[in-house]
Amino acid sequence: MYSEKVMDHFQNPRNVGEIENASGTGTVGNAKCGDIMRIYLDIDENQVIRDVKFKTFGCGAAVATSSMATELVKGKSVQEAMQVTNKAVMEALDGLPPVKVHCSLLAEEAIHAALWDYAEKNGIHIEGLQKPKSDIHEGEEEDEEEY
Amino acid sequence: MDRLIYLDNAATTKTAPEVVEAMLPFFTERFGNPSGIYGFGAANKDVISRQRETIARALNAKPFEIYFTAGGSESDNWALKAAAEAYAPKGRHVITSKIEHHAILHTCEYLEKQGFEVTYLDVDENGIVRLDELEAAIRSDTVLISIMYANNEIGTIQPIREIGEIANAHGVLFHTDAVQAFGHLPINVDECHIDMLSASGHKLNGPKGIGFLYIRKGVKVRSFVHGGAQERKRRAGTENVPGIVGLGAAVERAVRTMGERAAREEKLRNYLIGRIEKEIPYCRLNGDRVKRLPNNVNFSFRFIEGESLLIMLDGKGICASSGSACTSGSLDPSHVLLAIGLPHETAHGSLRMTLSEEVTEEELDYVVDNLKEIVVRLRRMSPLYEDFVKRGGVE
Repeated sequence: MYSEKVMDHFQNPRNVGEIENASGTGTVGNAKCGDIMRIYLDIDENQVIRDVKFKTFGCGAAVATSSMATELVKGKSVQEAMQVTNKAVMEALDGLPPVKVHCSLLAEEAIHAALWDYAEKNGIHIEGLQKPKSDIHEGEEEDEEEY
Repeated sequence: MDRLIYLDNAATTKTAPEVVEAMLPFFTERFGNPSGIYGFGAANKDVISRQRETIARALNAKPFEIYFTAGGSESDNWALKAAAEAYAPKGRHVITSKIEHHAILHTCEYLEKQGFEVTYLDVDENGIVRLDELEAAIRSDTVLISIMYANNEIGTIQPIREIGEIANAHGVLFHTDAVQAFGHLPINVDECHIDMLSASGHKLNGPKGIGFLYIRKGVKVRSFVHGGAQERKRRAGTENVPGIVGLGAAVERAVRTMGERAAREEKLRNYLIGRIEKEIPYCRLNGDRVKRLPNNVNFSFRFIEGESLLIMLDGKGICASSGSACTSGSLDPSHVLLAIGLPHETAHGSLRMTLSEEVTEEELDYVVDNLKEIVVRLRRMSPLYEDFVKRGGVE
């Protein structure tokens, strides 16, 4: 059901861990729905992401999207990191099964949450960045009527 | 390292070679339609009768009370819909439990849309229906109680005889979904006052696509499939003769081997439970320790999610299942684990391993050794575990 890339990033996730005194951290998702992602960013004075780490509680796709998202933002400026959308993460992973698309949304959200934390701490405005929602699942996936 | 350790026998079992052998002639040689007048076809009618007798004996039922179906889900659908409809003039209230299989729960939801009222009983922390609550739920318009014999996820065995006695005392029909229990536990429909019972072939080393519904003589149940005169006109359609023969052979085998098989599986089950509890911290055995199917092991591991666990086990050649949302196709974890009171987070981290008689202790050692490593690995990756350790939890 998963692509080889997803399996690779799940089995050998990149950038797992924590960063002490991180420039920004973000945690999104909730245990109720079964996935939580936390991203740590280390950002230098030129607003370049020097290092990034993540921790994820969730399914294979949740781990793989976290791993890929950290790879995509590493070494980028915060502005460039804003361009890392869920679509970009999915494409880089050669796609996700439809029921797992929300995992890639969560990865994008986690990066944004960490950037938001960084921006707030430093009094910076990042173009296009909005305060992250804590739970991206709200209102999603209504059960279809059955007869 | 191409090991395959199959620990998902509650999902399906290997068709026993002797079962396959019994079935084979009925595909290419003895393929005649049992409704035929000529001997070549009519002989298969007798073949079917013999399977009915084998199954009836296994339940202490009568052969004409056994109706072949396409499996457990069909039997559950039939029992509930047809009985509810037939008894609607007497009342429109049905009682079931919160931990039933979806074949029961979704059929009950359908009945609700048809104007029936359904009471979903809570269960205790081990998944057992409380008899006083059952009795209190019975009303003058209650027509049917449906409680599963044993649970497919956590293996809990219900007090079926007591439930049957209560139903009988109140003149209410009693159906039990015995898909997980039949062929694994001795069942006596008279002693337990069971009016209807669902079972499936492929859970007891029989073929897929065949099952039966036991309907006690005198119970008014409408036809489920209209058409020909098969199954006493209650379930039309040319009989699945190879499937029925396979089911009969599987039941015969299951009855013959039950005692020894259960003893072996129970010993291995307890060994597996013991090792996991001793060697993996922050785990919880789900379900009752004693009133439990001989082959069922179900644990929750805190701070980790079930699908991740399953993929990693799969990487080691171990087949198991989970009640996590990601394996259920919805965002909610297993309704069974929520019903026994697990918080969502713990319910997402569940692992079910269901053994067979073929599993060895050496294989289970391999499973636990790998499971230990995988749990450590996933916890290192988990923000929930990180928070737990930061709050002072011991690693």
